[in-house]
Amino acid sequence: MSDTRVDPAGGFSVESLKANPRQARKERLIRDSLGATALVSVLISGLIIWSLFSEAYTFIVEVDWGSVWDIGWFPRRGIYDVKTLIVASLIITGIAMIVAGPLGLGAAIYLSEYARPGIRRTLKPILEILAGIPSVVLGFFALKWIAPNLVESIFGGPAAGSLLAAGIGVGVLVIPLVASISEDAMKAVPMALREASSGLGARKITTTVRVVLPAAVSGLMAAFIVAISRALGETMIVFMAGGAAQTAVYTHSPLDGSLTMTAGMTSLARGTDNVVGEGLTFQSLFFVGLVLFVLTFALNLFSDRFVHKVREQY
Amino acid sequence: MEQAEPEASPRLGLDIDRTVQTAAPDFVGDAVFEVEDLNVYYGDFRAVHGATFTVYKHEITAMIGPSGCGKTTVLRCFNRMNDLIPTARVEGRLDFQNVPIYDPRVDPVEVRRRIGMVFQKPNPFPKSIYDNIAFGPRVTGMAKKKSELDDIVEQSLNRAALWDEVHDRMKDSALGLSGGQQQRLCIARAIAVDPDVLLMDEPCSALDPIATARIEDLMQEIKNDYTIVIVTHNMQQAARISNRTAFFTAQLDSTTDQRCGLLVEYDRTETIFSNPSDERTENYVTGRFG
Repeated sequence: MSDTRVDPAGGFSVESLKANPRQARKERLIRDSLGATALVSVLISGLIIWSLFSEAYTFIVEVDWGSVWDIGWFPRRGIYDVKTLIVASLIITGIAMIVAGPLGLGAAIYLSEYARPGIRRTLKPILEILAGIPSVVLGFFALKWIAPNLVESIFGGPAAGSLLAAGIGVGVLVIPLVASISEDAMKAVPMALREASSGLGARKITTTVRVVLPAAVSGLMAAFIVAISRALGETMIVFMAGGAAQTAVYTHSPLDGSLTMTAGMTSLARGTDNVVGEGLTFQSLFFVGLVLFVLTFALNLFSDRFVHKVREQY
Repeated sequence: MEQAEPEASPRLGLDIDRTVQTAAPDFVGDAVFEVEDLNVYYGDFRAVHGATFTVYKHEITAMIGPSGCGKTTVLRCFNRMNDLIPTARVEGRLDFQNVPIYDPRVDPVEVRRRIGMVFQKPNPFPKSIYDNIAFGPRVTGMAKKKSELDDIVEQSLNRAALWDEVHDRMKDSALGLSGGQQQRLCIARAIAVDPDVLLMDEPCSALDPIATARIEDLMQEIKNDYTIVIVTHNMQQAARISNRTAFFTAQLDSTTDQRCGLLVEYDRTETIFSNPSDERTENYVTGRFG
């Protein structure tokens, strides 16, 4: 292969250092096909947003806005009180984070800072098993165990499902998420910083709270944001254990049953796009989807800014 | 672990034989650390085999030797830093001012408050310059008021010859400092908790010669107040700054077939470098080995 590139005079010149044209072509091909795969995900995102917007637009233009601020979510009767769904979603997300925040962060701190290697090797896979449980199974768990055993017997709520039962269920769902991402973030903090801290006579908990957690804050924020997004978007648990089937009267009590944005959408479009009801019932689905999308998007944007502000770089 | 008869030290605050305190002097022969037959294991691996030597007050004691000879491991025994490694185990006698610091009643946190450490790679916290220095006094509850804390920070930075360079940017991140400045910051941070001893683990190996010279000057200045134990790869540095030198080497253990750290010779630095009694020391300091 070298004979084509050797200078006729037999000396050393630019020719001898020229790229092999076949390899250069291959390199370009690889670059272009990788670029194409990246483009596909961008296109799919665009497609989703477009389909969401176009139907939601019809709803926004044609709906009687009085029906969007009403007594509850009765889409087949033309009553699209979105605040019922948003409030239910926020309550569930709040409860889920109250459950998963301390438990997930505590587990992460234990695994990263306190657990001996053997214990860590046992606990981490168990945590990951928890992350692999399908949400429909957790939905049953929330309905059949959390609702009667926690919500009814401790809080005096209904045994048949409520925002609280579903919220705790979603909390259980996101514990491994919070724990795993937080633990990764804490493990990434250099050992040298822990040594510096204990070398100054700091106790383990002081080192953890004043050195490791601040240094890992961007990862911890990421863990919470991912968990909140997941909780907002969770469908199956809230649909099964949320305590409302197809319609919901506005409530802000966690002990009542209600529909979240996702549960509201699911109950309308169960296995079919042939949604029966008022003229805009079908489009209302997309409007709710759009609200959910905007909420999650805003959350990500905000957290990005926040993390840049408070991060301690190491 | 083999225990010596513990004698009370007014500073370690242990509940051991407090009455002896009046009868006996604080320390015998100015010894700060007395090491006898020290063995350190990581799991089954023996890293240090039977080291015996004494570190004296207000001196600079250097530990030299080739890689893997256990000098850093020994240094990290002095403030129980090896406790952070779950598999590490220490056997033998290690007394700090006559108190056996591996006694089960001893809290390693209390030991580390009296024995500061400076590491190989500068490791400032990703916090402001002020917060780096104030960290120790804050967590040990040394300073009650803000003004006291300010004083400690200024004094520590002054002692570490860094105050003039940073006094107008105390709120800036310590990571914006140069490598040499960061290392002096780490020394200032260690000094801020007012330790008796400074342990230094190759503190200049990541620095250029000018920054190294500044750290060495600094060590000479502060040795009247602190006892310094330094691990160094740089023999000239040991010869320049230290009063006593311990030469370690890595030797093949015939029973386990593993290399194990061994203290070959410990003496005054002039003796180690000009008239060592062991051939291995001579080969090392003259550059014929290692």
